[in-house]
Amino acid sequence: MFPVSFYQIAPVIALCASLLAVPLIAVSGRHPNLREFWTFAAAALKFAMVLSLTGWILAGNVITVDLINVLPDISIQLRVDSFGMVFALVSSFLWIAAALYTVGYMRGLAEHAQTRFFVCFALSLCATIGVAFSGNLLTMYLFYEMLSLSTYPLVAHHQDREGRGGARKYLTFLLGGSVGMVLPAMIILFSLSGNLDFADNIYGGIIPQGTGNLLVTILFVAFLFGFAKNGIMPMHAWLPGAMVAPTPVSALLHAVAVVKVGVFCTARVMLYIFGIDVMDELNLGVAAAYIVSFTIVTASIIALTKDNLKARLAYSTISQLSYIILGVALLTPSAVQGGLIHIVNHAFAKITLFFCAGAIYVASRKKNISEMSGLGRVMPFTFGAFALASLSMIGAPPVGGFITKWYLLVGALDAGQTAIILVLLASTMLNVAYFGPVTYKAFFGKPNDSISENPKIKEAPLIMLVPIVAAAIISVLLGIFPHIMMQFVRMVTT
Amino acid sequence: MMDQTPVFIIAIPLFASLLLTLIGPLGPRVAYGLLIGALSLSLGASLATMVRVVQTGQAIHYYMGDWLPPMGIELVIDHLSAAVLVMIGVCALLSGIYSMHTAGQDNHDRLNNYYALFSLLVTGLLGMASAGDVFNLYVLLEISALASYGLLARGGGKAYFATFKYLVMGTIGACFYLLGVGYIYIMTGSLNMADLADILSRESLQESVSIRIGFTLIILGIWTKMALFPLHAWLPNAYSRAGTATACLIAPLMTKVSVYIMLRMMFTVFSADYIFNQIAWSSLVIYMASAAVVLGMITAFAQRDMRKMLTYIIVAEIGYMTGGAWLANTAGYTGAVYHILADGLMTLSLFMAVGAIIYRTGDTSANAMQGIFRRMPITAAVFLIGAASIVGIPPTCGFFSKWYLLQGAVQAGAWIFVAALLIAGLMAAIIFFRLLEAAFFGNLDDEGLSVGHSAPHSGTGAVQMREAPLTMLVPLAVAGAALLGLGIYTNEVVTYLIRWSVPAGF
Amino acid sequence: MDEFFFFIVAKYNYWASLILLFIGLYGMIAKNNLMKKIIGMVIFQTAILIFFVSIGVKWGASVPIIRFFPDKQPLLDATAYANPLPHVLILTAIVVGVAVLGVALAILQNIQRIHGTIEEDEILEDMRK
Repeated sequence: MFPVSFYQIAPVIALCASLLAVPLIAVSGRHPNLREFWTFAAAALKFAMVLSLTGWILAGNVITVDLINVLPDISIQLRVDSFGMVFALVSSFLWIAAALYTVGYMRGLAEHAQTRFFVCFALSLCATIGVAFSGNLLTMYLFYEMLSLSTYPLVAHHQDREGRGGARKYLTFLLGGSVGMVLPAMIILFSLSGNLDFADNIYGGIIPQGTGNLLVTILFVAFLFGFAKNGIMPMHAWLPGAMVAPTPVSALLHAVAVVKVGVFCTARVMLYIFGIDVMDELNLGVAAAYIVSFTIVTASIIALTKDNLKARLAYSTISQLSYIILGVALLTPSAVQGGLIHIVNHAFAKITLFFCAGAIYVASRKKNISEMSGLGRVMPFTFGAFALASLSMIGAPPVGGFITKWYLLVGALDAGQTAIILVLLASTMLNVAYFGPVTYKAFFGKPNDSISENPKIKEAPLIMLVPIVAAAIISVLLGIFPHIMMQFVRMVTT
Repeated sequence: MMDQTPVFIIAIPLFASLLLTLIGPLGPRVAYGLLIGALSLSLGASLATMVRVVQTGQAIHYYMGDWLPPMGIELVIDHLSAAVLVMIGVCALLSGIYSMHTAGQDNHDRLNNYYALFSLLVTGLLGMASAGDVFNLYVLLEISALASYGLLARGGGKAYFATFKYLVMGTIGACFYLLGVGYIYIMTGSLNMADLADILSRESLQESVSIRIGFTLIILGIWTKMALFPLHAWLPNAYSRAGTATACLIAPLMTKVSVYIMLRMMFTVFSADYIFNQIAWSSLVIYMASAAVVLGMITAFAQRDMRKMLTYIIVAEIGYMTGGAWLANTAGYTGAVYHILADGLMTLSLFMAVGAIIYRTGDTSANAMQGIFRRMPITAAVFLIGAASIVGIPPTCGFFSKWYLLQGAVQAGAWIFVAALLIAGLMAAIIFFRLLEAAFFGNLDDEGLSVGHSAPHSGTGAVQMREAPLTMLVPLAVAGAALLGLGIYTNEVVTYLIRWSVPAGF
Repeated sequence: MDEFFFFIVAKYNYWASLILLFIGLYGMIAKNNLMKKIIGMVIFQTAILIFFVSIGVKWGASVPIIRFFPDKQPLLDATAYANPLPHVLILTAIVVGVAVLGVALAILQNIQRIHGTIEEDEILEDMRK
């Protein structure tokens, strides 16, 4: 245990570690090794700080730090609670893994503008931790916008017509959602309740009694779709477009950081601004559950039709993200736990999948699933990890995804929503249908000529392989020892 | 000595401008030094006055030559005018420092005269912000207007005709104002603002048609001066054809000070009760403001010339402030006043950044932006911050003014204004995004800038870096930092300055 | 009818300045020739000056300098003097007006030098080239 004052500083250090690294990375652009050192140093520091808070938070404490009083009634405030810790732990840990992998990938392909890439990478991580640790809606909005802007150069990294188009779409949807919906909703909310601090528990919310039902519903819809990073249809269109980015970006940001921030914000607002009681009273939870169910099924069906591996993963992400919101929207404790634990499970599984896609591209320059037949024999580790991660997506034991499915199903039963159970089962089938063939063909399919005749295709470099295997193993561990993360999630619902 | 600071604010630039006309033979460096010295001293006096106002918590009344009002000339510096005075001082000093290269370029022959006008304009603006009676306000309005005609016309070429149009419109505006003052004078026999407020609050005058006509004429005159849609036609041409140094001084300040005058007239001379209950135009004005916001942004979107684009954004921003002032609640008023400060800085940093880019590239169209992040990283960064502020992204100050304005609009139930603000934010995002994309990645078809996978580390040496000269860069960086600083210290600005000036009756 | 007539006559000074005001406004807005615009502007300003001066008029009053009776007693009755303030204000406004006129003429000279004309439509055509 540390002295209490330490816990006031640690969140700030965790937040600023990557921010401080930005100038260091920028000036050491000519020395790649030094530059990468800063990235790792910041990543390690950030993770260490987040890790050091776990004991204190698990003991039932909540840390609040007021940074700046920007407006007379609202301050930029950090708040570390169990809900934020889940997300902070995952994202700060995965940054280390992703940094390792990214270095391998960028050097392997001799990408241009690597300094800019690492600068933006560090900035976006700062924003992610900021969202996880934010204590009120304004702070969250601030970091949410910061993330949108700092990831823009990453998405547009290739600077070709496709990259710019994707990035333009990316920013249009995200800024359109946040400036057009979240901002006015936030201001209306502020006018109603006089503050924007998150409530202490997930039941009460902060909306004052006697607010008109219609107004609450409008606010709810604005927040649900306004946080466009959560990929709920029809605000999902940016996600496949953003997949033109280099694979590490897709992996960390679009499977983990960005979309999870969207989902995290949505869940945060649903639970801590509206509160379960209000959502239950106005049937907002059920409505949201059906909206995301549509996304779950539709995105899975679209994923089936995609041959490009990253595109298929992108639609899989859209579908899986809605699981999390579905869990929260069902409002029963089990379902909420299932939804929140899926933030962790999906993060590890999806980052493995994207890492694999990147490794396959670096090793063989192949992007389409139909060309990967027989590739598993040459790259056994990569495809082995891929298989494990897809099991997690499907929800089969003993991988982490199983835990999610279990809790979600129990929660849906508790809520008495038979239709949702059917949706979950259908989605599982669809997951099998679009992930199964990839692994099967890779290992058992007949290698086509380009693979068997090309001796240059071999397993990806070690620096990329280590994170892949590590992430896959953790995915399995999360399935075998779920209680480590479940502790945090249980604290949210009690 | 400290008692005299209010008069120093105005007297220093006034005497500097007189002196500047005489020192032509001493060369441009002396003129530049004198200008910067005078502006710094004046800013120092403004700051000292502001500190005094904040410390004592009440307005400072300064009687010129100790003649007591309502006969004598009075300077009144309250919380609102202190904030505006400091904003004017900062913007004027920064654009003064910035002008070293560009002003010399445009006015190689008579730089001292140019600077004399520069200083005179600042005098007029500072005077307007501290004037305590309505007729002095008119004189100072015309002093600054005359100086601005002279400065704008120095742009040469097409600037003459644009300035002429501005001169005609500006004169109409000022004359309307004067006529309105005449009506008020007939009815009240006074010109001192505090005295007028006292007399006008009498029951018998509340219903008077003459007072109503006077108010209408005054407001119309001010709207012409501040280019509120649909009276804005003169502004874009006049501002976009001026020299860089002139544009950096005039664009952020002239319209903002006119907004200040509007607030003064509305809430100090007349009262919130009179404006919103007797006159009761507010719903109409909010429609006008919303139209200004949306149409200004749409027109800005259509421009190819960067400076013209910025001038249309000014037209939209005027709509923000007008709408906020007429929302008739504290949040809207706070937003309007805060936006005077924020928009002054935003416009300043954007005009300075664009001016620096034009200075280096010689191109005023959007093409000049290509690859700016590599060639002029600091300029580009300031441009980015300014753009983020206009769009309203935290923690720049533009976000917080939008925050208050939206809050005020929501509270007043002015949904049209809410919609206009949101649409304007999104339009601004698109406008600046187009430029920033080009600035960041360069031209798509240009081989040299758009490298594929071939060249590692091309960001560091492949394109030559050519930043603007130091005298341009330093004010730029300061203005960019001020945008963030003002945003972060919003609480202090609102608590110590703006809240004190919220008119009674809200 | 009589009432209306009195309404006009009783405030004839206002009507006169109002007519001048509109003549000036018309000149400024409708005239194509920039010199005529300036003339309109001057008429417009003058109308306002006349308006101000006329409201300061007081029948039977003298200049506001204290007069003395033959027995050296000062005349301290305010109704005996005209109000100097409107006239003083207008003196300032005249100066402002002259300055504006001067600047306008200087700009006009430059327009003539650059575009070779002072007709608005021709200037616009010249600028489009």
